[in-house]
Amino acid sequence: MRIIAMAKRVITEMLRDRRTLALMFLAPLVILSLFYFLFQSNKQQTTSLAVRNVDDALVQELKGKHLKIHKVTADKDAQTLIKKYNYAGFLTQNGNKLTLTLQNSDQSKTARIKQSFQSAQIKLRAAETKRQLKKQAIMIQRLQQQLNVNHPQSQTSSSNQTKSAQYQLKTNYLYGSSSSTFFETLLPIMIGFVVFFFVFLISGISLLRERTSGTLERLLATPVRRSELIGGYLLGFGIFALCQTVVIVLFSIFVFKVQILGSLWNVLLVNILLAFVALALGLFVSSFASSEFQMVQFIPLIVIPQIFFSGIIPVAQMSAPLRMFAHLMPLYYGGQSLANVVEKGVSFAQIAPNLGILLIFVVIFLVLNQLALRKYRQI
Amino acid sequence: MTKVIEVLNLRQGYGKTVVLKQINLKIKAGEILALLGPSGSGKTTLISSIMGMLKPQKGTVTVLGNQMPNRQMLSEIGFMAQTDALYGTLTARENLTFFGAMQGVPKARLGARITYAAGVVKLNSHLDRAVQYFSGGMKRRLSLALALIADPRILILDEPTVGIDPELRQQIWKELHHLAAEGKTILLTTHVMDDALQADQLLLIRQGEAIAQGSPAGLVAEYRVKTIEEVFLKAGRMQDAHNSNG
Repeated sequence: MRIIAMAKRVITEMLRDRRTLALMFLAPLVILSLFYFLFQSNKQQTTSLAVRNVDDALVQELKGKHLKIHKVTADKDAQTLIKKYNYAGFLTQNGNKLTLTLQNSDQSKTARIKQSFQSAQIKLRAAETKRQLKKQAIMIQRLQQQLNVNHPQSQTSSSNQTKSAQYQLKTNYLYGSSSSTFFETLLPIMIGFVVFFFVFLISGISLLRERTSGTLERLLATPVRRSELIGGYLLGFGIFALCQTVVIVLFSIFVFKVQILGSLWNVLLVNILLAFVALALGLFVSSFASSEFQMVQFIPLIVIPQIFFSGIIPVAQMSAPLRMFAHLMPLYYGGQSLANVVEKGVSFAQIAPNLGILLIFVVIFLVLNQLALRKYRQI
Repeated sequence: MTKVIEVLNLRQGYGKTVVLKQINLKIKAGEILALLGPSGSGKTTLISSIMGMLKPQKGTVTVLGNQMPNRQMLSEIGFMAQTDALYGTLTARENLTFFGAMQGVPKARLGARITYAAGVVKLNSHLDRAVQYFSGGMKRRLSLALALIADPRILILDEPTVGIDPELRQQIWKELHHLAAEGKTILLTTHVMDDALQADQLLLIRQGEAIAQGSPAGLVAEYRVKTIEEVFLKAGRMQDAHNSNG
């Protein structure tokens, strides 16, 4: 009963505070949109490559939607030309030898040139092979005609060979598609982080306000149990965290057109658990802060490191001690589960262990909260 | 039930600093006891100990026959804090409803209790205004109403008359006497001598020690002075003399 009254009060207070409400619901959408556009513009950017004395066949293959070719005849060295015209790269040919000079101030442009160069080479080689095979096929046919032997078996084998020469490479993508961007890979993790961050901040600060205004002490002068107090907070903010998560996830699906391969319910479930961890952690951490300013100081200490281990940087490639450290981060489990559900469509059973660990985090922080409240009332 | 609150040989402090030493106190049902002393003398710490917010370092505190700290006993205590701990974005009615629920007032009785408590402090016409727009005095009155909301057997009021105008103070005292006559036990702190005169019993605290105890008239007679203020000064001098000798 007291839990309900507590939750009701938390909700009423929150609804009256329009600005905090806006922060909780709009700020995450603004951040995610910004994130979206940042990675979109990168996709559309064109890279300029200057070429001199290069075979037309190669130039033709290099040319692409995002790679603009400038044919240069000027007899100056690569460095000068790159500096003067701000080319991302400069390719020259001398007989069979190609020399590529890269500006390399923007690594993504460098990567694109290298990539285009590789794919062009592959295409040229394939075309070459195709030509060779065709030539061979014609030779065999001629040979057969000359021999004028009716050999059905060899006939079929030769037609097989002709067919194999016309095989084309078709790439199938297991996860995502050829239009998959960095954004789509990171978005699930970003959703998890944004939910975590805002719930942490708002729940922490609101309990802190309760401490500094004296209402917490006043509250503990009533026969309320410490567990009821924490439970009320959990319930009240939990409802907001739930709404926030739903809004963010739906926004991602309908505005960013993110495809969720797994179940939408699993995405929501992971986010809600993350929100509860953030809630319990925020409430707990707020007991070590004596002002809003001090609460904000916990962000670089507690929230930012979570990003590093959330999966944005592959944890598997980290050194052993860092990998161990990652296991202490709630967002490591959350980010991993979200990425797996969204990109690989894993089932509930597969994320269940991670969810269990998140639940353990919630329980640990709640118990710590209860102990922290002893400062105000020793029973 | 004679002794509602009993404090025996209480020593209390935070860590190594001792705030209260050798406090003994008995309050009977229907009695009003005022703790009188300058700020920093330990009045609020004594109140916290009686409510069981702090465990006694030494000695015992008993409320209604139960040794404190005891969470259940808090439902028998109506508390008015020294700082107005109110939810500013909520209305007065919402504050009363919330604390009523926390104190365990049944829903059916809550409406009537709110009308009564707000009536005592003359806030009935402001019940649906957000508390953040209240004046200091109005906030103080609402804090007092919060203490009354659950119809508790014990009222503990920390500086109840600060910021309240004389006319309302008279009315509040009238109500407190009325409540005491009904058998409620009231413990309050003050440093206003006028309030002290209204109490049945006085406990004068200075530097964490009880320097004098008794009824206002009895104390004035005992110390052969004219006012409570003079009792306080004389008792204080005696305390200093005693401490420098010991």
